[in-house]
Amino acid sequence: MNTEALVVARNLRKEFPAPKGMKSEPIVAVDDVSFELFPNECLAIVGESGSGKTTVARMLVGLETVTGGELSVRGEARSKGAGSLADRRRWAREVQYVFQDPYSSLNPRQSIGDTIQASLALHARGNPGKRELKLKAQDILDSVGLAAPFFGKRPHQLSGGQRQRVAIARALAADPAVIVLDEAVAALDVSIQAQILNLLSDIRSQREVSYLFISHDLAVVNQVSERMIVMEQGQVVDAGRTAELLANPTHPYTRSLRAAVPRQGWKPVRRERLAS
Amino acid sequence: MSEALLALDDVRAVLHSRHQSQALLNGVSFSIAKGEALGLVGESGSGKSLTTRAITRMLDPAFEVSGSITFDGAPVLSMGPSELRSYRSRDIGMIFQDPRAHVNPVHTVGDFLTEELVRNRGLSRGEVEHRAVALLDEVGVRYPERRLTQYPHELSGGMLQRVMIASVLLAEPRLILADEPTTALDVTAQSDVMAILDEQRRARGLSLLFITHDLELAAACCDRLAVMYAGEIVEQGAHVYESPGHPYTIELLGARPSIDERLDRLPVLRYNREIHEQLKAEA
Repeated sequence: MNTEALVVARNLRKEFPAPKGMKSEPIVAVDDVSFELFPNECLAIVGESGSGKTTVARMLVGLETVTGGELSVRGEARSKGAGSLADRRRWAREVQYVFQDPYSSLNPRQSIGDTIQASLALHARGNPGKRELKLKAQDILDSVGLAAPFFGKRPHQLSGGQRQRVAIARALAADPAVIVLDEAVAALDVSIQAQILNLLSDIRSQREVSYLFISHDLAVVNQVSERMIVMEQGQVVDAGRTAELLANPTHPYTRSLRAAVPRQGWKPVRRERLAS
Repeated sequence: MSEALLALDDVRAVLHSRHQSQALLNGVSFSIAKGEALGLVGESGSGKSLTTRAITRMLDPAFEVSGSITFDGAPVLSMGPSELRSYRSRDIGMIFQDPRAHVNPVHTVGDFLTEELVRNRGLSRGEVEHRAVALLDEVGVRYPERRLTQYPHELSGGMLQRVMIASVLLAEPRLILADEPTTALDVTAQSDVMAILDEQRRARGLSLLFITHDLELAAACCDRLAVMYAGEIVEQGAHVYESPGHPYTIELLGARPSIDERLDRLPVLRYNREIHEQLKAEA
């Protein structure tokens, strides 16, 4: 690709201090990770739980500080510290996060309309009036398939799929360059998952936004992403075009991930003993 | 067809509230033979977990349950307290989605594994521990002796689910109810846990009721499948996955993304309650 990368990670590293009372080395959650995310692209990070994929995403939005290496968005490096309020607001405007469980990431006392308007007001360029905010919020909710009657509802009145639509709408309200989708469809039923995956694809054909799509489900990853990186124990072990990596996995870890996906004629296989 | 271990016949569960009565299980019938694995597949709200609660008689008293449930010929719905206790603790072993919610975090794995058998079956702790270590080893837990002194938070989700399987096998049940046992695990741990469950079940000739939303997974691990929608079984049989006959099953299979091909758009389910009622009226 000859366009400039939106997100650049170079030798990225994240250490967590060793648990208290243990005289051990710090835990290295992310170790020497490099990747680029281009405009209007979907890059998947796949790996087992504990592989460090979520930690990479959390550093990108500033929920974790960077221990080493470099992580930049549009050329601006994420600082090693927590950053000032203005910094953090600017980062949030560029990178938004959609979590696996929308129920725990939405304010139960806030109506859906208010949630979207709050995000709009926080990230607005200029100084929009109340009426303008409301119209915009309605527009955004409409674009994720939630019609006007949803405006006054609260999270508990919605289904899991509808809540995830709200979380996506809230992310879109910041008009971000990147949306991190962290296992965003993992908890949904198959029928709802299909709708949300289609919605994500619609959004990307209507506006310029990139996805960093974190998942352990290779079938879902195949459906949404153009490229993927495979993480194991904090390191990138494999990377390339999704369709190619899945059609012809050469790295043993990618192969074992692929072999574990249930499909026609598949039988579960047992790996060697677990030590942890 | 060999003898049925568990048989449900026209089981209905109606929830009565002040304003309305709602049938959440609407005539569920299936049976599981000795040594057979049945996959009960459905989406959220289809009634699969309610079905397991009806089987274990753990439904909220607000439900009015009718129909018949028999276990090895004994009518479950009319069991008295002591019969029911023995049925729940000796005949059935349960494995849930979130093993962490079912262990006491302040007790060791050893306490968890031995408590029931020491308390209710009069075995000595040493004896049970000895069997527990052997079982942990069989289900692929490394350093099984050391595990007994560890606490649940020291184990990963996949490891804890293996401990749950060992605890169920320890009690030597005849039927295992596994309710989404791998949903919280990633694909590799899922493949592992299902392989272990399958291998242990076969070796012991146990029956399995496997509850899941994942048709592919159920097809790989079960002899027969039953697909649930709106509190009803819409179809069941040995070849539901390979050749689905009901429109709901067909649409459900089509909506799942594939690892081999990328579609422009995923087909969205058109099947709904209205179509469901219409189909039933026509039948």
